[in-house]
Amino acid sequence: MQPIISVRQLSKSYASGFQALKQINLDIQQGEIFALLGPNGAGKTSLISIICGIVNPSEGSVLADGHDVVRDYRAARAKIGLVPQELTTDAFETVWNTVSFSRGLFGKSPNPAHIQKVLKELSLWNKKDSKILTLSGGMKRRVMIAKALSHEPQILFLDEPTAGVDVELRRDMWTMVRALRATGVTIILTTHYIEEAEEMADRIGVIHKGELILVEDKAELMNKLGRKQLTLLLQTPLAGIPAALSDCPLELSADGKALVYTFDAQGEHTGIDVLLRRLGEAGIDFKDLQTRQSSLEDIFVSLVRDRA
Amino acid sequence: MNIHAIRAIYRFEMSRTRRTLLQSVVSPVISTSLYFVVFGAAIGSRMTAINGVSYGAFIVPGLIMLSLLTQSISNASFGIYFPKFVGTIYEILSAPVSSTEIVAGYVGAAASKSIILGLIILATARLFVSFHIEHPLWMLAFLVLTALTFSLFGFIIGIWADNFEKLQLVPLLVVTPLTFLGGSFYSIHMLPPFWQKVTLFNPVVYLISGFRWSFYGASDVGVEISMGMTLVFLGLCLAIVWWIFRTGYRLKA
Repeated sequence: MQPIISVRQLSKSYASGFQALKQINLDIQQGEIFALLGPNGAGKTSLISIICGIVNPSEGSVLADGHDVVRDYRAARAKIGLVPQELTTDAFETVWNTVSFSRGLFGKSPNPAHIQKVLKELSLWNKKDSKILTLSGGMKRRVMIAKALSHEPQILFLDEPTAGVDVELRRDMWTMVRALRATGVTIILTTHYIEEAEEMADRIGVIHKGELILVEDKAELMNKLGRKQLTLLLQTPLAGIPAALSDCPLELSADGKALVYTFDAQGEHTGIDVLLRRLGEAGIDFKDLQTRQSSLEDIFVSLVRDRA
Repeated sequence: MNIHAIRAIYRFEMSRTRRTLLQSVVSPVISTSLYFVVFGAAIGSRMTAINGVSYGAFIVPGLIMLSLLTQSISNASFGIYFPKFVGTIYEILSAPVSSTEIVAGYVGAAASKSIILGLIILATARLFVSFHIEHPLWMLAFLVLTALTFSLFGFIIGIWADNFEKLQLVPLLVVTPLTFLGGSFYSIHMLPPFWQKVTLFNPVVYLISGFRWSFYGASDVGVEISMGMTLVFLGLCLAIVWWIFRTGYRLKA
């Protein structure tokens, strides 16, 4: 099956000389949820902006459902809905008007039934006659999603959809994304929260300094990278790791007051029970403990270090 | 052709006018009425007729042109500047619309507004002075072409401007002086010979002269030249807009 989005040798240099994207190659299959991860300034938004036609590419090409996004922009863009990162809305318009406007802009004839459906799904129906400036931030985010869905796109881009969004809306958004996928819509989202990618995505791409350094199935990536750390704060500082525990993957903090145990969160046996038992046997008391999922930052550090 | 998109942009812009009715329609009508009261009735009664036309009636076409130019520019420049300023331009840029359709929507709406305004001012003027229109079709042609041309010009300013100051700069420093010195309130034959020559470099002279000819059959320069200059300026604006979209100037990174 031909990919719904096909990015080939895509590069982007801005007038300032900054190279935002370097030779990106990426295929996205119809109906998948693809998460693009990367720190701020990695090139996520540049990549999306080029696919959606907001930024001109410097080199390379992008096909959306077989249509070149530059040469055949009309056919390509008609299939794409975009929810940008920034909350930019026409403050003085009503919700209904602004969503209907988007539908027209994308070349679709008016369809109040569809607009009504979208607004209801996003819990915006009772706000349909409100001016956007009277809405809360979360509601504005919903309006932006409604605008993107107004023309029934086959491909939906969500650029940082849950940045600054409360838990309830985040849950709603995830439900909505899954429902859309069930109807065959392809979803590409960017995020810097790994939990979000973990929760949502089928596949994950990691972008760093304009390079796509990894594209992988989520499950595999989590196996590889989903490491956790258990930190034990000790009652009495240690000079070194006791011989009885030397076969455990333990590290001692520089001040000797904490032991750090790294384990695979996805694994069948984390080994925590064994470790704690053996600590007890060795007579090492601890006053507190905490676990920490390896963060996206850690993943980046390790990915970049691996490449160096 | 994405007709739905043109309609969407056009309606969006027209509804903006309705929201800001006081500012976009009522205030130009009031200020024009003040001109009629002051220059038409109060001062005009002491002025001699120009080419057989009473001074009050003489300034009617000039005043309509004055509003037409300033309103076309401000409507169109604000219409495209504001989405750039607040960021909603992303949607226009990511939509399956051609540059022609974007221009048709924004410029069409801006021109419609100023044409409606011009006709309202014409009707208002009737309350203050009596006048006749000798060539109504030519009058409409000048009205429409000027509204279109200066809406395009406003669109260009709106794209060029990257702050509110620049948005006001050209209308205040260039267009208003050119309009006042373009014969809104006098015939250029009333100027000393040297300034008559200089004033011919002012494009607004041709617009006002042609428009006034359509009312009273008398003009400062030939009507063909007026129409020709209007079309030249229209062509120039079209060329600049074409270039803007071809290069993505101030629209796309």
